[in-house]
Amino acid sequence: MGDVRDFYVPIRPTWCTGCGNFGIWNALKQALAQLDLKPHQVAVISGIGCGSKLPDYTYVNGFMGLHGRTLPLATGVKMANHELVVICTHGDGDAYAEGLGHMMHAARRNIGIVDIVQDNRVYGLTKGQFSPTSERGRISKTSPWGSIELPVNPLLVALAAGATFVARSWSGDVDHLTWLITEAIKHRGYALIDVLQPCVTFNRAQAYDFYRPRVYKLEEDPHYDPTNLNLAFQKAQEWDDRIPIGIFYRTEERPAYEEMMPALAFGPLVKQPLGQFSEEQIQKLMAEFV
Amino acid sequence: MISVRAAGEAGQGVESSSAGFAKAMMRSGFHVFVLLDYHSRIRGGHNFATVRISTEPLWSHSEPVHILLALDEEAIPRHLSQIVPGGAIIYDENHQVNPETLGGDILAVPAPIIRIAREVGGKELMANTVAFAIAAGLMELPLEPIEGIIQENFRKKGSAVVASNLRVSRVAYEWARENYARRIPFHLTPRAMPGRMLMNGNEAFALGALLGGCKFVAGYPMTPGSPVLEWMAAHAARYGVVAMQVEDEIAALNMAVGAAYAGVRAMTTTSGGGFSLMVEALGLAGMTETPVVIYEAQRPGPSTGMATRTEQGDLLFVLHASQGEFPRIVLAPGTIEQAFETGWRAFNLAERYQCPVIVLSDHYLATSLRDVTQEALGLEKLEIDRGKLLSEAQLDALPEREYKRYAFTEDGISPRAVPGHPKGVYTVMSDEHDEMGHITEDPVNRRLMMEKRMRKLKLALNEMRPPSLYGPEEAEITFVGWGSTYGPLREAVDRLNAGGVKANMVHIVDVWPFPAEAVKNILSRARRLIAVENNYSGQMADLIRMMTGIEIKERILKYDGRPLSPEFIMKGV
Ligand SMILES: Cc1ncc(C[n+]2csc(CCOP(=O)(O)OP(=O)(O)O)c2C)c(N)n1
Ligand code: SF4
Repeated sequence: MGDVRDFYVPIRPTWCTGCGNFGIWNALKQALAQLDLKPHQVAVISGIGCGSKLPDYTYVNGFMGLHGRTLPLATGVKMANHELVVICTHGDGDAYAEGLGHMMHAARRNIGIVDIVQDNRVYGLTKGQFSPTSERGRISKTSPWGSIELPVNPLLVALAAGATFVARSWSGDVDHLTWLITEAIKHRGYALIDVLQPCVTFNRAQAYDFYRPRVYKLEEDPHYDPTNLNLAFQKAQEWDDRIPIGIFYRTEERPAYEEMMPALAFGPLVKQPLGQFSEEQIQKLMAEFV
Repeated sequence: MISVRAAGEAGQGVESSSAGFAKAMMRSGFHVFVLLDYHSRIRGGHNFATVRISTEPLWSHSEPVHILLALDEEAIPRHLSQIVPGGAIIYDENHQVNPETLGGDILAVPAPIIRIAREVGGKELMANTVAFAIAAGLMELPLEPIEGIIQENFRKKGSAVVASNLRVSRVAYEWARENYARRIPFHLTPRAMPGRMLMNGNEAFALGALLGGCKFVAGYPMTPGSPVLEWMAAHAARYGVVAMQVEDEIAALNMAVGAAYAGVRAMTTTSGGGFSLMVEALGLAGMTETPVVIYEAQRPGPSTGMATRTEQGDLLFVLHASQGEFPRIVLAPGTIEQAFETGWRAFNLAERYQCPVIVLSDHYLATSLRDVTQEALGLEKLEIDRGKLLSEAQLDALPEREYKRYAFTEDGISPRAVPGHPKGVYTVMSDEHDEMGHITEDPVNRRLMMEKRMRKLKLALNEMRPPSLYGPEEAEITFVGWGSTYGPLREAVDRLNAGGVKANMVHIVDVWPFPAEAVKNILSRARRLIAVENNYSGQMADLIRMMTGIEIKERILKYDGRPLSPEFIMKGV
């Protein structure tokens, strides 16, 4: 077991007091420590948004990229060095608006990335507009009469795209989220963790008091089988007085993308020799043109 | 010098059989240049390819055609005006052609193309094999190299296919020799010319990139850039490269940035439309000082433009693409040799200056085939320089938790660590950041960071190759060109001088940072300047004015989607 303090940097987050991102941040550091991972073995990739600032506050290899492009950036990192534990942390705007297509492709590829989505169901950094997961009727600055769009159900989308690990947690239960992150890191292939994250500034209606009485854990239901895809599809549609959290679906049967890429059979790309080809190899290439 | 043009419907195999014919001619001891002209459709539409054959080195295509292989009836009216007096048209005996309409000085060769393909080969599909064999017979060129190509190209389809194609070509060849060879004035005598290779700009660039250590390529297919992705994919498993066709160009460049950040030489390949989608990630590479290579093979725009045509319309776009200001390097290879060199050199520049490098190619350079020698590719020059990349030992020696990824340095380049080492942990930001990489909006830091980044360009400028001068030092006319127009310009210069008009050319190959001093020096010596560009406005001429104050008023511009030819340039003078 490692030490959470390994990941400490002397920078104070700019998050609002009480923001759900603190819980996600703590859970991530605890999960890394529990798995005895060291900062240099981990790459945390994010986009743009309140939650996306997380790599700046954490001592790891961090890359804060572009809004919505977190997964492609992380995919490049993973392909170059698949020995790194690659974790994405980004908001629901980042992940499910501009990034929704990328998520489906990451799931389809089953690339070994842990995708933690800080789902506060609102745009935080740009000050409160409705987000792809906002419920219908949400009144915001860009939806003054209430949003008329149906919200995205990220779990259903991920399942439909072929994700091999689909989970949900909430940032009020740091232990649960910590456990989920450790499971996701151990998973081979793409792992989505949608985290219900209170935004105490722009989405007070769905803050701690909203989630605490509603969430319940799938693990505590002895009849729930997370290897059953049909069941997962059913469960993912449950959203009312009771909101399930935990692992909705998990299969280890499908190899990860990086395991199937022929060039990676010789180890991580970054450790392979660069441009050192034998004279024979070079002449073979040239011969194609003669 | 002879130009043989095969023209027919798409799907008749004009492109592949021309390439095969050109290779056979190259192996016979000739220099060749192949220009492709095809539509953006799979079937239907009129396609043609022109194989230029010569005992002298060739740099471009040229307009006059000596032998036309008309694979359909449409071909004759379309290309008749380009056939030189004394030239020949080979067409199928059953096509409705009135030889008198061809003009008295053109030899009509109604040939049993389909008949031989069907009766000897068993398949009409072999018509193009027949036609090229007839052309060889007409010129009394040896058939053996053609047979060699047939064996290589059809080997995968089985010995029966090889045998029938060989039979067909032999019969067609003999038919042409017996009946027509004496009646055509073009005959070339081959010279031994060993060790030559036939390749196009795409292949040359891809080969250079592979040998230069490119380990990661992500792209989304777009003509004419995608063959580079395809070539890399074909060689990926054997040469340790990850080649990914991904969901879009946005993903492609972001992935390349991710892979480059993680320490490998990474690139993406596209055309202008795809580059448009990459613009935001281009800025990300600029802000994070990540070395990536973007291969942008231009085609005419705006928007989807003309998919299979050529233009040099993206110069000012790639120079200015993305918000804000950051260092970038833009290279515009003009020849196959330069395309190969750019393949590896782009990565060296990207890593040395830790910035994006854009390689500006175009359809003409990307798809035209030319013969080159292995020596001319300059393999011995190929070096891999990773710039200020910290070695394992240097990383070990770093103090704990104090590595400054964006350290202010005199030359603006900060030593770079690849993630994965305990001493080299840092954060990268698309936001403005301090030396450690943390977000900050501090005005002093911002100023210093901007200056640090931009300072790199000063150093990079030293590495930009000055424009080349071709032709006599003293000339009445100085053409100014860049990128793929090198070949047509060079040939125009040669022909003008041969005809008594003293002309030379200034060719710009390294575009940004702009070698302003060198350009100024060389242009201020000229008497009459003419900019020659494959675009509507003369973008390079405008850039030259912006960077040097020299105004080039005369411009020969072509923007019909077709490449500049030596003839077009000469006519424009
Ligand atoms: C291409 C682009 N478009 C828009 C923005 C502005 N922007 C910054 S963050 C954000 C949305 C933030 O919402 P979310 O991703 O849910 O993260 P949160 O702030 O709620 O954590 C937007 C639209 C941007 N930075 N880049
Ligand atoms: S605006 Fe919301 S999401 Fe952003 S820091 Fe404040 S509470 Fe957190």
